[in-house]
Amino acid sequence: MRRILLSSVIVIIGFTFLTRLSYLQIFSFSPEQVMEDPAIKAIYDYPERGYIYDRNGQLLVGNEPAYDVMVIPREVKPLDTLEFCSLLSITKDKFKEKLHKAHVYSPRLPSVLVPQLSKEDYAKLQEKMRKYEGFYIQKRSLRYYDTPSAANVLGYISEVNEWELSQNKHYVQGELKGRTGIERYYEDILRGRKGVQYIQKDRFNRDIGPYKEGDLDTLPEQGKQISVTLDKALQEYGEKLMVGKRGGIVAIEPATGEVLTMISGPTYDPSLLVGRNRSKNYSELYYDSIAKPLYNRAILAEGSPGSPFKTLNALVALQEGVVDENTKVTCYNGFYVGGRKKGCHCGGGVRDLNSGIYKSCNAYFAHTFRKIFDKYNTTDEGMDVWEKHIKSFGLGDFLGYDLPTGRKGLIPTKEFYDKWYGDNRWASSTIISLSIGQGEVLATPVQLANMTAAIANRGHYFTPHLLKKVAGKDIVDPRFTEAKHTTIDKKHFEPIIDGMAEVYTKGTARWVRIPGIEIAGKTGTVENFTKIEGKRTQLTDHSVFVAFAPVNNPKIAIAVYIENGYYGSRYAGHIASLMIEKHLKGAISRKDLEKKMLEKTLEHEYQKPFSGEEFKINEYVW
Amino acid sequence: MSGKSVLRRIDWLSVVLYLSLVIIGWSNIYSTTFTEADESIFNFSTLHGKQLFFIGVSLVAVLIIMALEVNFYERFSSVFYLLSIASLLGLFIFGKTIAGATSWYDLGFFNLQPSEIAKVATALALAKYLSDIQTDIKRGKDQLIALFIIVLPALLIIPQPDPGSALVFFALTFVVFREGLPLYYLAIGLTLIFVFIITLMFGTIWLTIGLALLIVLLFALKRKTFKIPILPLTVTAVAVVLFSLSVNFVFNTFFEQRHRDRFSLWLRLEKDPKKLEQIRKTIGYNTYQSEKAIESGGFFGKGYLEGTRTKGDFVPEQHTDYIFSTVGEEWGFVGTATVVLLFTLLFLRLVSLAERQKNDFARMYGYGVISILFIHYFINIGMVIGVLPTIGIPLPFFSYGGSGLLFFTILLFIFLRLDTNRLKDSF
Repeated sequence: MRRILLSSVIVIIGFTFLTRLSYLQIFSFSPEQVMEDPAIKAIYDYPERGYIYDRNGQLLVGNEPAYDVMVIPREVKPLDTLEFCSLLSITKDKFKEKLHKAHVYSPRLPSVLVPQLSKEDYAKLQEKMRKYEGFYIQKRSLRYYDTPSAANVLGYISEVNEWELSQNKHYVQGELKGRTGIERYYEDILRGRKGVQYIQKDRFNRDIGPYKEGDLDTLPEQGKQISVTLDKALQEYGEKLMVGKRGGIVAIEPATGEVLTMISGPTYDPSLLVGRNRSKNYSELYYDSIAKPLYNRAILAEGSPGSPFKTLNALVALQEGVVDENTKVTCYNGFYVGGRKKGCHCGGGVRDLNSGIYKSCNAYFAHTFRKIFDKYNTTDEGMDVWEKHIKSFGLGDFLGYDLPTGRKGLIPTKEFYDKWYGDNRWASSTIISLSIGQGEVLATPVQLANMTAAIANRGHYFTPHLLKKVAGKDIVDPRFTEAKHTTIDKKHFEPIIDGMAEVYTKGTARWVRIPGIEIAGKTGTVENFTKIEGKRTQLTDHSVFVAFAPVNNPKIAIAVYIENGYYGSRYAGHIASLMIEKHLKGAISRKDLEKKMLEKTLEHEYQKPFSGEEFKINEYVW
Repeated sequence: MSGKSVLRRIDWLSVVLYLSLVIIGWSNIYSTTFTEADESIFNFSTLHGKQLFFIGVSLVAVLIIMALEVNFYERFSSVFYLLSIASLLGLFIFGKTIAGATSWYDLGFFNLQPSEIAKVATALALAKYLSDIQTDIKRGKDQLIALFIIVLPALLIIPQPDPGSALVFFALTFVVFREGLPLYYLAIGLTLIFVFIITLMFGTIWLTIGLALLIVLLFALKRKTFKIPILPLTVTAVAVVLFSLSVNFVFNTFFEQRHRDRFSLWLRLEKDPKKLEQIRKTIGYNTYQSEKAIESGGFFGKGYLEGTRTKGDFVPEQHTDYIFSTVGEEWGFVGTATVVLLFTLLFLRLVSLAERQKNDFARMYGYGVISILFIHYFINIGMVIGVLPTIGIPLPFFSYGGSGLLFFTILLFIFLRLDTNRLKDSF
């Protein structure tokens, strides 16, 4: 017993030490510790963010230099705060607050004290900087916009926040990151990779040479330049047309799915969100909850598509074989559903497929819609078939384009109506509004444009996308280069397209014909309601137009959705025809039409619900 | 006796372990103290150069020890002891103060620390006294004398102040236990330490409740054949509670705030994690830095001379008391485990050497050597890796310091010299 007492103690203590050491060195150890090591300081070399060009090589977004004042809190020595603050043009309180924040973040690591100095402030400050220990100026590049347009598509960048810092090791404080639009979606391509240089420090924080002879250091990798599919000229032109109007315009090249323009009105100048006034401007944009300039209506605003949706119903009916081109329906200035008459503005008379489309006859499409359902034994079956066909046009779900946000829209299903009305409590007559694109169905402008592209292509589409080239090379992403086929046979498209072409020659859009260009289009006039003090109130109809041109070799498919623009050909039709002409001819021949569209605004319409007074809708004043 | 036969009979395993530790130790001192500007490791103006010089001096000392007659140490042990006590007393008059402690004589080229001599002398004296034919360790009077031999140098060292070195002498009680001191002393001692810690961690009330539960349990599980000694049990329980109450009193009244802080850090008495972290980074700064340095080494370490925290001088006193953290950072777990294993092997080897001595004096001195080396190793590494409170004593053969290395070497090699003679039961 006595002989082994000391030996046991020796062995037990040995084990205790080994346990503790393995806890420290094996279990607590993490390779990332190098970042927390007070003996190593990382100095970053920020790469330039990639430039963004349009489809024709025109610069949209570039960079320009900016200067940040940085601070390493624990190296700060007592200083003439008053003079320093006046050089930085900030108040003393603000200075103290910022310094405190930097200290909380880390006393040892650099924080941004004042971001993005103006060139004048930089010049003044640079000479005196030596006086202020613990502070230094870091050069960095800021976004520069060579266009006042496309703000919502391009998106903006801003400093990473604390949460992101804790989530993503790639970023360090003060670094910029894409927040919306292309800047966000293609962040990884655009930002490049920052270089880092590790410096060995002693406990007095003096440099004592490179860490590991610089073996771990990396050079910055520049962000790649990209080309987007937008046409700068068309985008800028469209935004001019949208001044004073709310809504979205999306134009797609049908043969590729490339987005030619994506416009949301109202919009803002992207340069507003760069530089020191960024946060002030951002607040103004952000808190404008009525016009919502930061809201990309082209991809987020879901509305009933209205009459353009009739073309799809016609295609479904042809595919299902329930009508043919010669099927006749008589319109009595309306039609009867369950004993109630619903109106039609087509003028009445006998309609076939062709005139049903160009006259936009509600009665014709109500009748056709019911025939689709009558083909099947149950409404459920009919609903499934109808839903399958409609969804094959990219409606009712995310399209999969390359922007970080989007909406699904809505194509109602049988489950939807079972929930809404109850099992077996509904039939094709209950949901007859779907036949004319009203009621529950919802779509975003980009979905409408894509649907139009699918018609233009006679049955297939390419997922709309904005990326055209990365570092000069065309994209090969199969998401965007492989065609998606609709469930409608190619042969059924011609009669529909004929009808859509006659919309311009004989039908609802004959006023906005473009000489020398054959266009196929479809107007839409969408009833809409809002709540004013809890009361459901009807507002002036939304003006909707979809079109593609030229008919036999489509170069552009466009959807225009103008909120409260009244009937389809009024605002949307005008704008669509101007956009098509601009794109195909490069110049506008109909100067008076153009002038009218540039000058007209709908602000008076948008004021109505907020006026607090009774107001009239759908006024013919023009 | 010829020098050749000494070389043949010396325990080479111990020598090899000793040399390994000295070499590894010096390499780490070099790592903590070198600068890129150093041209030669033999530059004696640098710390690692000085240490290299003392390694040389120690090896010379080893040769002298081996050359001397083997009974020289036993015969003169009382004289050594008295001289070392005198040298400790002399400090009060001639001592040189370094970092607040008057523990050194200034000998011009180096500073001599007499408490190091006292460790050797006390181990010799205690062995000499216990091995005396007239001494019976079961006897109270002899126990008291043994205790006096141990405690006297400690009492002289405490006021330097150097409580860490003073603590080392108590390790010599291992020798007395080995030689027959009743083990209930040990039981009482361990109980007191246990009660002390429990009181600080949970308070007297919980200790009392726990004790009561234990007694109830004892009665509940009672066998008919076993009679519970009610009176001793009650006395023990009351004594424990009283001791616990006194712990609170002593802790709050006699301890200084810095001592209380060390305990509250060690036992994690502070429950607020933010405040605890604060204490770790201020009062526990040294240990915090050394733990971080060791942790950052990981399994394989950062490589020799590549320790960033070592290079940056983040761990204070890294070449002396905190030398082990350099091993941890640069050599990782592989290095620390190797060092712990080398020490453990050396100790176990010395125990087996001690046990094979025919001569009582040699065995007892052997135990003294192991006790002293072991307590240094235990307290030092325990402190550096954060399992024991901060008590500043060096790691034998590792820490920078001339007298430390020299006298640890002398301590060890006197025993190895005695061992060469083990086959004779008297000298």
